[in-house]
Amino acid sequence: MEALQNLFWILIFPGFAFTLVVGLLASWIVRKVSAAVQYRVGPPIYQPAADVMKLMGKEILIPREAQRLVFIAAPLVGFAGVLLLATMLWLAVAQKPFVGDIIVAIYLLVLPSLALILGSSASGSPHAALGTSREMKLVLSYELPLVLAFVVVVVKTSGTLPLGDQLSLAAIAQHASALSVSGALACVVALLCVQAKLGFVPFDIAESETEVASGVLIEYSGALLAVWKLMQMMMLVALPLFLVVVFLGGIGTSGWPLVWGIGKYVLILVLVILIKNTNPRVRIDQAMRFFWFYCGPILAVAIVLATIGNYYGINWL
Amino acid sequence: MNWKLWSLKKSVWVFHVNTGACNNCDIEIVDLLTPKFDVERFGMKLVGSPRHADALLVTGAATRQAAIRLREVYRQTPKPCVVFCMGACACGMGIFEGGYHIAGPVDKIIKEVDPNAIIAYVPGCPPKPEAMISGVVKALAAI
Repeated sequence: MEALQNLFWILIFPGFAFTLVVGLLASWIVRKVSAAVQYRVGPPIYQPAADVMKLMGKEILIPREAQRLVFIAAPLVGFAGVLLLATMLWLAVAQKPFVGDIIVAIYLLVLPSLALILGSSASGSPHAALGTSREMKLVLSYELPLVLAFVVVVVKTSGTLPLGDQLSLAAIAQHASALSVSGALACVVALLCVQAKLGFVPFDIAESETEVASGVLIEYSGALLAVWKLMQMMMLVALPLFLVVVFLGGIGTSGWPLVWGIGKYVLILVLVILIKNTNPRVRIDQAMRFFWFYCGPILAVAIVLATIGNYYGINWL
Repeated sequence: MNWKLWSLKKSVWVFHVNTGACNNCDIEIVDLLTPKFDVERFGMKLVGSPRHADALLVTGAATRQAAIRLREVYRQTPKPCVVFCMGACACGMGIFEGGYHIAGPVDKIIKEVDPNAIIAYVPGCPPKPEAMISGVVKALAAI
C-alpha cells in the first residue's frame, strides 16, 4: 500500500504529471508576460503544450559526427534530474524530509547543466562546441555563489533549530531566512544564479540565438528537443520553488499559507521574467566577473554575518 | 484532425534563409515579430537552427553560392516541413531572371532535393506583412 502511495507521489500528484502541468503553465506565463512587457498580445494558453506535441511528432535527426548514445541519453538524464529535484522539493513542502536531502538537492541542481554540456558536446557541431564551452564557464561561475548562498541558510537555520533535530530541506522551509540581513543578501544572489541556471537573459550566453544559433541545442530536433524543452519548463517550476523553500519559508499545505505560498512562487517567477526582459545579454567574461568578484564577496560577508548572528543569538543578522 | 497535424499548425517555428535577397523582404519578415503584427499570437516564432524549424522562409533569388546552402539547410530541417518563398525573387526570379549568378528559382532547387516538398508562394516586392500572414494562414489551411 505504501509503495503504491509512493508511486502516486512520484508519478502523479506532486511528482511528474503535476510538475509537468505547472511547468507548461509557467512557461506560458513567461511568454505572456514577456509579450505584455513588449506591448504584444502573446501566445494562447495551450501554446507550450502544442510546441511539445509538435516536436514529439517530428523527425529526429542525428548528425553523422555525433556520439549517438550520449547524444540520445543526455536529454533523458537532465529530464530525470529535474524531475527528481522537483519531487524532492514537493516532499520538503509537504514536510516529509529524509536524511541528507540538502546535499542531494545541491547535486541535482547541477545535473541539468551537466546533461546539457554532455549532450551538446556529443553533437559534434562547432556552434554547439562554442555553446558548450560557454555553458561550462557559466556553470563554473554561478555554482559557487549558489552553494555559498545555500550555506548561509544552513548556518542560519542550524542556529534556530532545537537540539537533536535533523537539518533537512523541510526544517529550512520552516524559516523564512530572507527576512534577515544575511538571508536577504543570499536570496538576491541566489535569484541571479537561478536566472543563469534557467538560461535566461542576461545570462543566456550559452544559448544565444543571435550569436551561436541556439548554441547548445543547435543539433537537437524532434522528440529529443521536446525533452530538452520539457526539462527547461520543469526547471521553471523546480528552481523558483527551490528559492521559495530555501529562502522564503516554503508553501503551506492548506488555507491561506497555501495561497500565500503560491503567491511567493509567482512573485519569484515574475521577478525572473522582468529581469529577463529589461536586460541585455552579457559576455561570458562579464558574467564570470559578476558572479565571482561581486556576488562572491557579498556572500562571504553574508556568511560572516550569519555566523555572528548565530553565535550571539541575534536573529535579524 | 489528428494531434500531429493540429500541433504542427498551432506551432510553426520558422527559420529564415536569405538566398541573396536585397534585405527588403527580410525587414518585412522581422516586422512580423513586432507589436503591431505579433505572429507569436499564432504560435510562430523565429528559431536559430534549421533543426528546430517547421518552416523555411526563403527570401531572394537563389544565387549559385546560396543554392548549395539552401539544399543543405532543407536537408537539415526535420520533416514534415513547409517552404515559404517570400517575395518576387524567391517565387520566380524577379528582375534577376537570366542573370549569370542565378542558379534558378527557389522551388526548383528545393525540388531537386525532395520532389514532394510542400512549397507556398507569397509574391510582392516586398510582400506586406499582412500578405505574409495571409499567405501562411492559407498554406496551413491547405495542408
